Amino acid sequence: MSRRIKSSIKKIAGIVFCTLVYIFLFLPISVIVANSFNATTSKPYLTWKGFTFDWYVKLFDNSSLLASFGATIAIAVISTLLATAIGTIAAVGMYKYKFRGKSVIDGLLYIPVVIPEIVLGISLLTLFSNTHIPRGMISLVLAHTTFSTPYVIFNVRARLSGYDGSIEEASMDLGANRLTTFKNITLPVLAPGIGAGALLAFTLSIDDVIVSYFTNGQVKTFPLKVMESIKSGVAPDVNALSTLILVGTIVLVILTQSNLFKKNK
Amino acid sequence: MSVVVELRNVNKIYGSNHVVKDLNLDVYEGEFLTLLGSSGCGKTTTLRMVAGFEEPSSGSISVQGEDIHNKEPFERDVNTVFQSYALFPHMTVYDNVAYGLKMKKVKKPEIKERVTEMLELVQLGGFEKRYPSQLSGGQKQRVAIARALINRPKVLLLDEPLGALDLKLRKQMQLELKRLQKKLNITFIYVTHDQEEALTMSDRICIMDEGVLQQVGTPAEIYESPKTRFVATFIGETNLFDGVVSGVTDDRMSIHIEPGDFEVPREDFKAGEMLVISVRPERMLYSTEPVEGFNLEGIVKEQIYVGSILKTVVTLSNGNEIKIERLAGQELPTGGRVYLYWKDGDAKLIRSYDNVFAEAVENIVLR
Repeated sequence: MSRRIKSSIKKIAGIVFCTLVYIFLFLPISVIVANSFNATTSKPYLTWKGFTFDWYVKLFDNSSLLASFGATIAIAVISTLLATAIGTIAAVGMYKYKFRGKSVIDGLLYIPVVIPEIVLGISLLTLFSNTHIPRGMISLVLAHTTFSTPYVIFNVRARLSGYDGSIEEASMDLGANRLTTFKNITLPVLAPGIGAGALLAFTLSIDDVIVSYFTNGQVKTFPLKVMESIKSGVAPDVNALSTLILVGTIVLVILTQSNLFKKNK
Repeated sequence: MSVVVELRNVNKIYGSNHVVKDLNLDVYEGEFLTLLGSSGCGKTTTLRMVAGFEEPSSGSISVQGEDIHNKEPFERDVNTVFQSYALFPHMTVYDNVAYGLKMKKVKKPEIKERVTEMLELVQLGGFEKRYPSQLSGGQKQRVAIARALINRPKVLLLDEPLGALDLKLRKQMQLELKRLQKKLNITFIYVTHDQEEALTMSDRICIMDEGVLQQVGTPAEIYESPKTRFVATFIGETNLFDGVVSGVTDDRMSIHIEPGDFEVPREDFKAGEMLVISVRPERMLYSTEPVEGFNLEGIVKEQIYVGSILKTVVTLSNGNEIKIERLAGQELPTGGRVYLYWKDGDAKLIRSYDNVFAEAVENIVLR
């Protein structure tokens, strides 16, 4: 066989392989999207009975599902803001100052990330009941902030590893005081790291099940609501909401990616 | 000439590390002063204390007669060009250069005019919209200089600004910096460890070693009349002899060095005082016949041809090696016997700090 034929076979094999991988990744998602338009009304909602928008209409009548979605968004926004603020300050502080036990604190940061979520859930539940923190929105926000803060720290720290501290000195040298320097120089330069950390925290919060399961009290977050409802097959209105979330996520990803590309120029 | 920056008894101590020791220095208006020394000699620390990034442990620094002890870096009328350039990566060249003016709340049309003018001055017209990551090392350097000069500081501090550039670009930038400094008539305090750079650009050089100021003077003074052993060896190549003043007459002194005695015109030394004699390789003379008044006899060990110059190494009877530089075309036979000598005035006498120890020892012994 000539080398040219060999290389074109390699090329085709590569394309086939990649296509299979992508089908493997996206087929499950496409099932949900397809089912959200399925006109079937009998459980377990799997046989195709024609195209309909009914479930999207029904979705907006399902007030408990919408309420759970609202709660999830609220928890995600608040815990993301808290985790981002705490994580950014922590990362900058640990970059700038040397103190005793710094390496210990560095190592401890990985604990919330690596321990099984179920352990974190149980320990948070114990903590909240011992300290009489009411189970509900407050405990959920605190729990989500706890597990997402390290991710913010890691992202900001990754940004700081290539950070040249003398640009802050240059800013002050040119007449900017410390606050202006932080606002004009430190924050914008770290922004991609902070943004990535915040996005990760938001995502982790939105789809968290295990920790939320232990700390939710009476509040049903969207993932918990879904868990509850699939006991009798996946309801098509859940599929509809999932599809909407999927679309929202894709839009968000496209926006941030294009923004990042612009910044990197 | 009036003094712009005045350092008085400045010390800087980090823990057990005494980085700058009792530094006294006057910097004059419009001059190009270089702080020269090997790494860790305290030159960058000195610069950072003038900029305000470090505080002196003791002593005072004033700019234009005003003590700046209590002033933050952003309140001082000095600007810095950093070794790493420290350009703001998220801002265009224009915004980088305009930063200082924006902080001073200068009106927009004036900012535009001054930035454009400054970029022309550093030959970067047309680069306004580029980001630092799109510039070459030399261009970044020019932006850093333009950014530091835009506020028309009284003094510009430069911390090894050419360190990261390749040799050819560095030579070119040396001349350009010198041209800028003359044109703008701003005082430059320039930190470098490159002696050639210091000799090329400076009006005056201040040599530091281990936190101690060794000598301040014009490049010619530093090269021709080193005041300490360190300065003699740090700037250029030289031949050193340890010696002692063996006798003093009205206008001559005789000096004893290991290979034998010789005479020099009288200087301010006492009989018995120890000193170091420095003779530059290009001032060292040789003859194939013995020379009256000198007892330096040696064997030509090797000759190295380096283009326009011929470097000769002569081994003395005590094993010391003497470096001689001549224009090419005056080869000596390798292995041949030569007699070394020099003219009055070419041997520089340097007071030896061993005297201090000798006196101390003598005092102890006498008691």
